[in-house]
Amino acid sequence: MKTKYMNPYLAGVLLGLVLLSAFYFSGRGLGASGAVKSVVVHAVDTVSPSHVASSEFYSKYAGEGKKPLNSWLVFEVLGVLVGGFLSGALAGRLKFKIEHSPKITSKKRLILAGMGGILFGFGSQLGRGCTSGSALTGMAVLSLAGFVTMMAIFGTAFALAYFFRKNWI
Amino acid sequence: MGPLVPQEIIGEGWNFFIAFVVGIGFGFVLEQAGFSSSRKLAGVFYGYDAVVLKVFFTAAVTGMLGLLYFSLFNWIDLNLVWVNPTFLWSAIIGGIIMGAGFIIGGFCPGTSVCAAAIGKIDAMVFLGGIFIGIFAFGEFYPLLKSLYMAEYLGQIKLSDVLGISQGALAFFVIVAALAMFWGAEFAEKKFPQEEY
Repeated sequence: MKTKYMNPYLAGVLLGLVLLSAFYFSGRGLGASGAVKSVVVHAVDTVSPSHVASSEFYSKYAGEGKKPLNSWLVFEVLGVLVGGFLSGALAGRLKFKIEHSPKITSKKRLILAGMGGILFGFGSQLGRGCTSGSALTGMAVLSLAGFVTMMAIFGTAFALAYFFRKNWI
Repeated sequence: MGPLVPQEIIGEGWNFFIAFVVGIGFGFVLEQAGFSSSRKLAGVFYGYDAVVLKVFFTAAVTGMLGLLYFSLFNWIDLNLVWVNPTFLWSAIIGGIIMGAGFIIGGFCPGTSVCAAAIGKIDAMVFLGGIFIGIFAFGEFYPLLKSLYMAEYLGQIKLSDVLGISQGALAFFVIVAALAMFWGAEFAEKKFPQEEY
């Protein structure tokens, strides 16, 4: 069967070169959850600056003239939106759609997606980065944390796969 | 000699522009590889589609080898490249929570942004969930801080932990990646495939 997608090994090499260029130009790797954190901190700061000032977590990133949205990852993730959109447009994949297994309803898929997002968002803060920032980038710089987080993410997903199989297959 | 911005060979003002261009490349490759489809991503955990494993480990090996070669030729100063610090317990427990989020939600943060960009509504909801999860972490931070800061080992590399050279570690990672690719090709033949 002819696949619609790029050969995965070629895509992996290209992704590795994107990662390498981030290291070469900016001295840092890729990320995603950090950008969402910046938006969350910015939102909290807009609604209640006093809450930011009294919070040990938020005050690391906002208040006292710090601008959480002026961050490398925020601009990088804006690029991800543009790059993903361009690729989807070129491949004819732009379409509003709820993708799910025929065994579950769209509603169930959306509830599960929301729950998964909450867990991933929470875990990414505890783990200091997500699949791209901690696992992928961390492994490329040989960081112990990168290997540990990568094994914890994939190991847990494999271990739980059986219980959630009806949602996917 | 790199990295260019930290050494002020390129002005700091360019850093956000570079971030944006790097992001375009990141999003484009993710979408081309099929990472905008949750069923394709989840396939790796059931053996019917191992694209995640192949792309992820090929990228990690490419980035790792690239850094080591660039360093060997003095094109990049590895001391100026950020190494993720290791806080052992939060890395493990954070990873476990993320793994549960992955199998339940079908995306990770980067892939959800990429999938939302082409109109996947489930990805937009997942992304909304990430905001809530991060906000919850921020609000409960006082309770979580002791776990968050526990077992700090510094900006340590796996090669130092194992007492081997970075090159030797890279070699073992490549061998492990090749073994996984072989396993992935085998699994994809064994389990029925569908294109999403």
